[in-house]
Amino acid sequence: MKSAVVLLPGLNRDRDMIAALTTITGQKPHTVWQTETEIPDVDLIVIPGGFSYGDYLRCGAIGARMPVMQAVAEKARQGVMVMGVCNGFQILLEAGLLPGALMRNATLKFVCREVKLEITNANTAFTRGYQAGQIIRCPVAHHDGNYFADDETLKRLESEGQIVFRYAEGTNPNGSVNDIAGIVSSTGNVLGMMPHPENLIEAAHGGTDGRALFAGALGLAA
Amino acid sequence: MTIPNAIPITDDLIAAHGLKPDEYQRILDLIGREPSFTELGIFSAMWNEHCSYKSSKKWLRTLPTKGERVIHGPGENAGVVDIGDGDCVVFKMESHNHPSYIEPYQGAATGVGGILRDVFTMGARPVGAMNALRFGEPDHPKTRHLVAGVVSGVGGYGNAFGVPTVGGEVEFDASYNGNILVNAFAAGIAKTDGIFLSQAKGVGLPVVYLGAKTGRDGVGGATMASAEFDDQIDEKRPTVQVGDPFTEKCLLEACLELMASGAVIAIQDMGAAGLTCSAVEMGAKGDLGIELDLDKVPVREERMSAYEMMLSESQERMLMVLKPEMEEAAEAIFRKWGLDFAIVGKTTDDLRFRILHQGEEVANLPIKELGDEAPEYDRPWTAPAAPKALEEDSVPEADIADALLTLLGSANQSSRRWVWEQYDTLIQGNSLQIPGGDAGVVRVEGHATKALAFSSDVTPRYCEADPFEGGKQAVAECWRNLTATGALPLAATDNLNFGNPERPEIMGQFVRAIEGIGEACRELGFPIVSGNVSLYNETNGKGILPTPTIGGVGLIADWSRMARVAFAAEGEAVVLVGAPQSWGSHLGQSAYLRDIRGRSEGAPPPVDLAREKQVGDVVRGLIESGAVTACHDLSDGGLAVAVAEMAMASGTGATIDQPDGNSAVGSFFGEDQARYLITLPSAQAERLLKQNCGVSIMRIGTTGGRELKLGNARAIPVEELRRVHESWFPTYMDG
Repeated sequence: MKSAVVLLPGLNRDRDMIAALTTITGQKPHTVWQTETEIPDVDLIVIPGGFSYGDYLRCGAIGARMPVMQAVAEKARQGVMVMGVCNGFQILLEAGLLPGALMRNATLKFVCREVKLEITNANTAFTRGYQAGQIIRCPVAHHDGNYFADDETLKRLESEGQIVFRYAEGTNPNGSVNDIAGIVSSTGNVLGMMPHPENLIEAAHGGTDGRALFAGALGLAA
Repeated sequence: MTIPNAIPITDDLIAAHGLKPDEYQRILDLIGREPSFTELGIFSAMWNEHCSYKSSKKWLRTLPTKGERVIHGPGENAGVVDIGDGDCVVFKMESHNHPSYIEPYQGAATGVGGILRDVFTMGARPVGAMNALRFGEPDHPKTRHLVAGVVSGVGGYGNAFGVPTVGGEVEFDASYNGNILVNAFAAGIAKTDGIFLSQAKGVGLPVVYLGAKTGRDGVGGATMASAEFDDQIDEKRPTVQVGDPFTEKCLLEACLELMASGAVIAIQDMGAAGLTCSAVEMGAKGDLGIELDLDKVPVREERMSAYEMMLSESQERMLMVLKPEMEEAAEAIFRKWGLDFAIVGKTTDDLRFRILHQGEEVANLPIKELGDEAPEYDRPWTAPAAPKALEEDSVPEADIADALLTLLGSANQSSRRWVWEQYDTLIQGNSLQIPGGDAGVVRVEGHATKALAFSSDVTPRYCEADPFEGGKQAVAECWRNLTATGALPLAATDNLNFGNPERPEIMGQFVRAIEGIGEACRELGFPIVSGNVSLYNETNGKGILPTPTIGGVGLIADWSRMARVAFAAEGEAVVLVGAPQSWGSHLGQSAYLRDIRGRSEGAPPPVDLAREKQVGDVVRGLIESGAVTACHDLSDGGLAVAVAEMAMASGTGATIDQPDGNSAVGSFFGEDQARYLITLPSAQAERLLKQNCGVSIMRIGTTGGRELKLGNARAIPVEELRRVHESWFPTYMDG
């Protein structure tokens, strides 16, 4: 099972993501630098978290306009699985591959803690390793994770089952509308999420709740 | 040779540079002429307290700095300690007190940035950070603003850079009202054969400037950091630097890539007094001269003078001596990361520090003497008066449950979650213990079982009452916190924060604290491998509590056996290790006395170092054997607070016996040293109690239920403990 990780200056959970993918697939993912325009044939492309270009402009705005993102968009059109976590989610939104926006946390503060996620749709390639309604643990670490979309978009996301993760049990850490923590594209092959499943995949992390997500995306048994 | 002196050197100008008349005379004697304006700036940068350690050097030399595992002690950018398998840990702690008081966000942010640079300049990838923060009393009008700014600055820089903040301290005391403390610690891991030093080697080699461009920010910062504060301090805001963690992250990756390429001969980060200190350090250590052409320095402001460029403290910059044949490859790495790369000078064989600017030689100074001939003072000091012991029976008995709840909900004992949830504690995926326990623990990447533990400690009120015992205690508590996770303490870094050393009573605190630290480090086999001294922490003549922060590093051989503070199961034995028969009795300078009785009295608890070591070794052995299910050291608030913390961390309660015939207040709130609480399954505890370990081991209770019951006091639901403990900080900050 082959994967690739997009590298942009300022991303800093790239090493976490590479380590997680290596542990789960048994092989190191390809890495693709910001200026590259070709992405090798892989089953999953991941844009990891961090602070690309310092987030000095709107989070993800610069990253979305780098050459590598055109290649990511093309792969997404071809149906390749694409996943953006945290800053990666922000970049996917800015690139127009997912609808909505991520605003500053309602508390206006950076927040790093473990939250509960409800699997609201287990019928996606990403979430097939979970049961619908299942509650999992997952850490968050972000300053701008407050998801927002207009009413029409929200209605569509809700009715089309595009909301796959919701903050559960009162653990919404950022004020996201409808407790939205992660969404998929209408085509189902692009996932964006704020929490960090790559930081909960082995015993040393204190749990493996994030593992089934990668296994699902890569078509592996969890 | 004529050196232009466009600006006349007057007495006022000399004083404004923080140089005393006799220090200026020393400059005249050394160079045989009047210095140019730029040269005066260079001397001021090199000879201020912050860079020269002129008041502290004599005493720092007395600290133990060597050990079997020590690869590099003080004198390098950070200490380097062997952790086996070809790896080493590189760490240091440094203060950014004055800038953080003036501009809390940027002051704290650049403090974090500076210490991270010290670590990766040596070739190590940073893997863990801590922050020891001390603020004025909560009711002081500036405190809330400073807490908010500092915490967000620490997080803003560390989170974006990508290092987990796994430990630290936050404390409030009126003595910090006008002078807060921000002590930043960072540790990294490197290969023992891949350590980079600042010592330049080879004549005629290119000196390369790396990283961000030079601006006017921070000009004179090191001199400011060496002065006392007065009411006009806000005017100093322009001397605080501005941090750019994005550039620093790029600089880290570029430096590590460059180091791996084999192009680097010597490298030094630009910290205090930027280009001046880094260039002089590289040349002087290598017995070489350095010539710099300032026209080649990348700048982001127009018309900067030589003086400004030499004293700028713009962040995220490095200076390096490069193998000339690898220039092209080296430049390509920096261009890839969008960073400046400029050859700005060369090494020479004449031992001069020469600065060229717009065709003129604006400085020409003897490079060795700039550092070596800095003034050194043996400042007069008076021994602090011995504290009067607390009168026996002067502390009345009182309700234990009420006192516990008051302490847990107080400014200094309450949960720091509000602070550390603003720090990324999990990034890199190696954090095994985050703040809230005894020490932060990070596994060693690439190794199946090894982990590093980090703790930062000092009890300033103990140091105020008795600097010698307080110095000992800071080291002992750090050693104990590491031990409580099962780690073998390896070495420490010290960040010594004191008032004005020109006052004999302050110098006396400093001297005695160092003597205490030295004694404890020797007895515990815990050498000091790096550190920083911050003096002149005074406002309008009033000093802070003496605060020698100790940052320690320990090694855990197998993290699957590591201990945590949370109770692991119901029905387990709660066992007190290392305590006197009374469990505890020392209330002098205790948190109980201060926060419940409003009395700051008595002598601090003495530290018996031999017993400390013996007890710690026993506890560590028990953890390593896999017998211990939870462990916590006893410190502020004594046994009651420790057992409550174990309950709150787990949600499981406990029932603790009533101490026999002793003062319940002393037993539950005494702060006697060298004590730990451990839990074990009952059967194993019975076996342990029958053994002779050479230290006192007593079963004092049992875990279970959802309430904590201390002796005859009323039972308190763990949920109530948690509510009280968690509510102080958010309530205060929202207020």
